[in-house]
Amino acid sequence: MTKSFRLAGLCCANCASKIERAVSKVDGVSSASINFMTTKMIIEGEESKFSDIVKEAERIVKKIEPDVVLKRA
Amino acid sequence: MSGEKKRIIKLVLALVLLVAGALLQDVVIKPVSVAIFIAALAFAGLDIILRAVRNIANGQVFDENFLMSIATIGAFAIGEYPEGVAVMLFYQVGELFQNRAVNKSRKSIADLMDIRPDYANVYKDGVIEKADPYDVAVGDLIVVNPGEKVPLDAVVEEGVSTLDTSALTGESMPRNASPGDVILSGCININGRLVAKTLKEFGESTASKILDLVENASSKKSNSENFITKFARYYTPSVVIVAALLAVIPPLLGAGAFSVWIYRALTFLVISCPCALVISVPLSFFGGIGAASKRGILIKGSNYLEALAKTEVVAMDKTGTLTKGVFNVQKTNPQGISDEELLRLAAYAESASSHPISISLKKAYGKPIDPARVSNITETAGQGVIADVDGVEVAAGNAKLIKSLGIDLPSEEVTGTLVHVVSDKKYRGSVLISDEIKADAKKAVADLKAVGIKTVMLTGDAKSIGEKVAAQLGVDEALSELLPDGKVEKVEELLRNKSASGKLAFVGDGINDAPVLARADIGIAMGGLGSDAAIEAADIVVMTDEPSKLPEAIKISKKTLEIVKQNIVFALGVKLFVLVLGALGYAPMWAAVFADVGVSVLAILNAMRVLNYKSANA
Repeated sequence: MTKSFRLAGLCCANCASKIERAVSKVDGVSSASINFMTTKMIIEGEESKFSDIVKEAERIVKKIEPDVVLKRA
Repeated sequence: MSGEKKRIIKLVLALVLLVAGALLQDVVIKPVSVAIFIAALAFAGLDIILRAVRNIANGQVFDENFLMSIATIGAFAIGEYPEGVAVMLFYQVGELFQNRAVNKSRKSIADLMDIRPDYANVYKDGVIEKADPYDVAVGDLIVVNPGEKVPLDAVVEEGVSTLDTSALTGESMPRNASPGDVILSGCININGRLVAKTLKEFGESTASKILDLVENASSKKSNSENFITKFARYYTPSVVIVAALLAVIPPLLGAGAFSVWIYRALTFLVISCPCALVISVPLSFFGGIGAASKRGILIKGSNYLEALAKTEVVAMDKTGTLTKGVFNVQKTNPQGISDEELLRLAAYAESASSHPISISLKKAYGKPIDPARVSNITETAGQGVIADVDGVEVAAGNAKLIKSLGIDLPSEEVTGTLVHVVSDKKYRGSVLISDEIKADAKKAVADLKAVGIKTVMLTGDAKSIGEKVAAQLGVDEALSELLPDGKVEKVEELLRNKSASGKLAFVGDGINDAPVLARADIGIAMGGLGSDAAIEAADIVVMTDEPSKLPEAIKISKKTLEIVKQNIVFALGVKLFVLVLGALGYAPMWAAVFADVGVSVLAILNAMRVLNYKSANA
């Protein structure tokens, strides 16, 4: 399944690509991409693992960019 | 805004303290001037230093905050106090500009995609209520007032108006809407009030679909973007390693004092962020996709936008792409009977058929047909129909059908399809039916050829028709009499014959040619507005029916790639130049800051030029 999120407060493009890379390596994620301009992140992954995926993505975002908040869009 | 204002005040204070410190440096004792510089640094970059500490605690070492902090603290450590403050100050000012540039481009992109409706007026039990379009169900009645956006795809129940579809199609010509017409979300109602019944949920409506498509297009990355991502991953660590070596090895070899080489190493750290590239390259692609969508060309991925610039062959379907796909009676050639009688016989004989040819015959006849007068209908696929009209046997069809009845025909060369009519075993003449070439088809072909692209037309029609249309349009090659499988085969052949780096684009209506669209490097569907099938099947969707959008898309793509190339060369060039100068000791730290944030700002501004792309013929 595919879900999109908003990364509120995203202002560093390099961090965005770091987040993108880290999230796409999360177990169960088949692809993750961030559009820096629209601050949207799209995660595609296994449905059964999705709640864990979202938690892990939140943790990654917090770690790389503590000022950014992951919101559901 | 207040956050930005606070930052500006802090930076001004830092600047005042920096100037004061520099002026007093030789007057007061050292601890005092150092204290002033430390205060200046606190105003200029305490937030950066704190953020660096926090990120290190999170295990994020090589980020920009850390590198800038090290650079300033390092400068302080070797006694270059004003330099340390200046670097941080300059960096912050650069960041400020960069944020402005990013916000500005975000806003332009948002404006560009301003087709999302904010509310819907739902009409229920005699009351009109404003509602979130998300909450409107299929089958609800909505009211669209003049000046409002159509919130959901709907069918008009009441009212007459004209709609501005330019946000969806890039076409300035308004469309009429009256009861029974489908209105698409994202269009703007110009004059009349419309009451309409919704056909789709908000998420499935045209505006949402288009926005999703454009916003998600960046997830299909181009080669340039992948290159930058990879490059960024190695660039920062490499520069940091070189900086570390630079700080230690030359002084150990006796090539100068540690402070000299540490200063040079710090210059390196300042340049080690690849931000300019990481922002500007995807931004250019996104801008190109946005500019195209503004013109009614939906590109489903940066990779397709990139491929488009390398188009070498464009294969186009004839019917529906280069021609209108609407058949019309062009000429009648009756033999011994009147025009009207000829059309009447043909229309009656073909009355039960839904073939486009039959439809055009009925349309040309223009009078109601009484089905009770037709009996014994036999339709032979690909030939025509034989039926009894008022008890008399009438045959209407191609030469093959007529010859099978034992009647001889003079052979004739025409552009189009000839329907011969025989009644009561006598030849009654023929009706010429043909498709019309689109107004801009010839120009589209010429524009494609002007940029060195080979044009090929594919058609299922007879060779004589195919070649005539091809000659009128000026296409390089016409392949006729192709069955749907044959089109795939021919496209595969064209794919084999083109050069390895060139791309083949196929343009079709997106409905009957899905396999061909999938097989081509770039599948382009035409007339996508309101056709979900076409939007689904293709890589690029042209919302209108105009083939001239094709050369325009290619132009936007070339412009985008040109800007991407400029940014890559410019950003890397400046960085490399300053790195070399820095290593040799000729670049002061402020130059390094320019190579970092200054280049980012310039690259972003350059990337924004794609968004302002104006078509040459507009």
